[in-house]
Amino acid sequence: MAKAAKNSLDGAQALIKCLEDEGIEYIFGYSGGAALPIFDALETVNTKIKFILTRHEQGATHMADGYARATGKPACVLVTSGPGAGNTITGIMTAQMDSVPMIIVTGQQVTWMLGKDAFQEADVFGITMPLVKHSYLVKDTNDLPRVAKEAVYIATSGRPGPVLIDVPKNISQGPFTGKLKQEMDLPGYHPKKSLEFNMDHVLEIAEALSKSSKPVILAGHGIMLADAGPELKTLAKTLNCPVTNTLLGKGIFPETHELSLGMLGMHGTAYANKAICEADLIFNIGSRFDDRIIGQPEKFGRQAKIIHIDIDESEIGKMVEPDHYCVGDAKVILKELNKHISKLDTADWLEHLEGYKKKFPLGWKKQGGLKMQHVIDALFRVTKGNAIVSTDVGQHQMWAAQFYKTDEPYKWLSSGGAGTMGFGFPGAIGAQFGCPKECVVCIVGDGGFQMTLCELATAVIHKLPIKIIVLNNHYLGMVRQWQELFFEDRTSGVDLIGNPDFAKLAQAYGAEGLNCKRPADVDKTLEKAMAINDRPVLINFEVVKTDNVFPMIPAGAALEDMLTEAPKYKLAKPTGST
Amino acid sequence: MKTKKIITTDTPVALSDNSSIHTLSVYVANKPGVLARIAQVFARRGFNIESLVVSPAIDGRFSRMSIGASGDPEMLDQIIKQVNKLIDVLHCSDHTFDNRVVKELALVKFKVGPKDRAEALQIGEHFGVKTVDLTEGSMIFMGTGDSGKLDSMIQMLSKFEIVELVRTGKVVMIRGEEPT
Repeated sequence: MAKAAKNSLDGAQALIKCLEDEGIEYIFGYSGGAALPIFDALETVNTKIKFILTRHEQGATHMADGYARATGKPACVLVTSGPGAGNTITGIMTAQMDSVPMIIVTGQQVTWMLGKDAFQEADVFGITMPLVKHSYLVKDTNDLPRVAKEAVYIATSGRPGPVLIDVPKNISQGPFTGKLKQEMDLPGYHPKKSLEFNMDHVLEIAEALSKSSKPVILAGHGIMLADAGPELKTLAKTLNCPVTNTLLGKGIFPETHELSLGMLGMHGTAYANKAICEADLIFNIGSRFDDRIIGQPEKFGRQAKIIHIDIDESEIGKMVEPDHYCVGDAKVILKELNKHISKLDTADWLEHLEGYKKKFPLGWKKQGGLKMQHVIDALFRVTKGNAIVSTDVGQHQMWAAQFYKTDEPYKWLSSGGAGTMGFGFPGAIGAQFGCPKECVVCIVGDGGFQMTLCELATAVIHKLPIKIIVLNNHYLGMVRQWQELFFEDRTSGVDLIGNPDFAKLAQAYGAEGLNCKRPADVDKTLEKAMAINDRPVLINFEVVKTDNVFPMIPAGAALEDMLTEAPKYKLAKPTGST
Repeated sequence: MKTKKIITTDTPVALSDNSSIHTLSVYVANKPGVLARIAQVFARRGFNIESLVVSPAIDGRFSRMSIGASGDPEMLDQIIKQVNKLIDVLHCSDHTFDNRVVKELALVKFKVGPKDRAEALQIGEHFGVKTVDLTEGSMIFMGTGDSGKLDSMIQMLSKFEIVELVRTGKVVMIRGEEPT
């Protein structure tokens, strides 16, 4: 009898066991009534899964996100029903937009109260439906192992994404009488097909490449997700072809490599955008031709043959109609393609682009106070370019992308598609949990940091040596830049009067807090911070209030309309995408 | 229970000659939420679902949906790809231009007294309908066939006072041995 009691599990215990079996190492979360049985299971099941209590559910999602971006492995988020689940929405959307694997387990009211406006009951399955790769509302305790297995499989295979499991309390609390090992039942999901590809399409691509003398490779996040960095390097070197990368593609091809043009797009390098404008062939691998990259879709790459490789068939022709394409896994396709290519006659083209690099280098005016660019450039030098960098969203993000060259994959974490302010700091926490031996730096603005700074407590408790670089201009700088350029400098809703003393705030949480105002002090302040490795360090950099990011392609304008410096004429209001 | 009085427009909407309506067939796993997910793919991209038929397939684990939808045709390709991407969808395809059978069923309730009943029955006979209800002052016709035929029938019956009209929406099946 005692033995039977020992072996009997409830649903929550079975769920935790199964998540562990599926390789989940971390759960980030926040407790609450409907999730009580699952939190209890974390205590009663002998599990290796580590639970990290955050200070807000949004922080938990970004931590799981940062963990996945830095390690390539999914983490789990565990929150309660109603408001707990509601607070995960932004984080789920961020993960979905950037194809990041994540498992979100939400507690839920008991099944017989669903739809009756019970306490903390919300239709989480419904609310999150457009934001997830897939989701479950579990109605039978014995289904939990299958659901857990399917969830992790779906989240991590094909084009990754978040999967949500809504677990009513009576389901997690109910006795588990089924098998812990169950078969998946996914008749409509065949990601293994992505390992197959159309050989004719590969040969077509090889043929098109062979005719090009001005090619450019556009390297996207998909190459990282396919772990195809080595194949990309072989491709670029064999062809002798320049490579530009997207924001999320930073690191998949070394940005310090002579063939690298750095990031393209709205705030990309002038030479990358000019290369796209003048190329006779644009070879997009694993990027979804985001509107921040292509500007005006009708004018993008008109002069060039367009080639597109993507694992997601719905991306082919969604924004730009390609001349040739191949659907499948980038690693498998590039491996095959590399057998069919040879060196192209690109010497003149590379020399031409080298001229652009010399004519339009990235830089900033050294006079007139401390600039964000200066701090990021110094950070790059002090960390020797080896840090994992997690950014927030705004001007500092674009300057970080420009001046913190990324040479290795999984070292650049940034919310691209969703543009989620508040991502940077919790994203860095998740990355530090996943990569305890790496130097993790988070670059944030004073606006975004205040959205999730409560996670200072989480970082301090776990003694995470994260370096928090607050680039404090007391403004929502990117919006202010748009107001200056397109709204006759009428600033509205961007002045962050009332910012706290960030260094003191960090100290109040038990972290180190430093200040820096003078350009001459930047290096030594950063070096001081790097020497502290038993707790988080925050440096509040007081930077100039009004500076603008260039190059800039106004939203909806064509790449050829790029501004490389502040315009001397009045700009029309952008009418394209936001 | 009180019922709400519904005010309808006089002219019935024709479903046949609207060339912007595409007929899609979706084969899905019978999982909770699958219809909502598909509907969201259409709604997010500004498409209207004009008609929708869901029925169990031969294998009870699956269902067949026949969807009539209208909107920007350039967006349709993207919608089909997005629907195909859903985990619970086995396949989704556009059969608008295929060699296929498209049929629907309509129930029409109209007011007709003894005086005009013969004329009504004559119309019904022409369109091959079944009279499924008959009272002193009303009749219900059940018509089946392609949408054009049903549109014509409704047009002819509109000389009487149509009280109510229910159409199932199109169901579609590819001709020959090929599965839909």
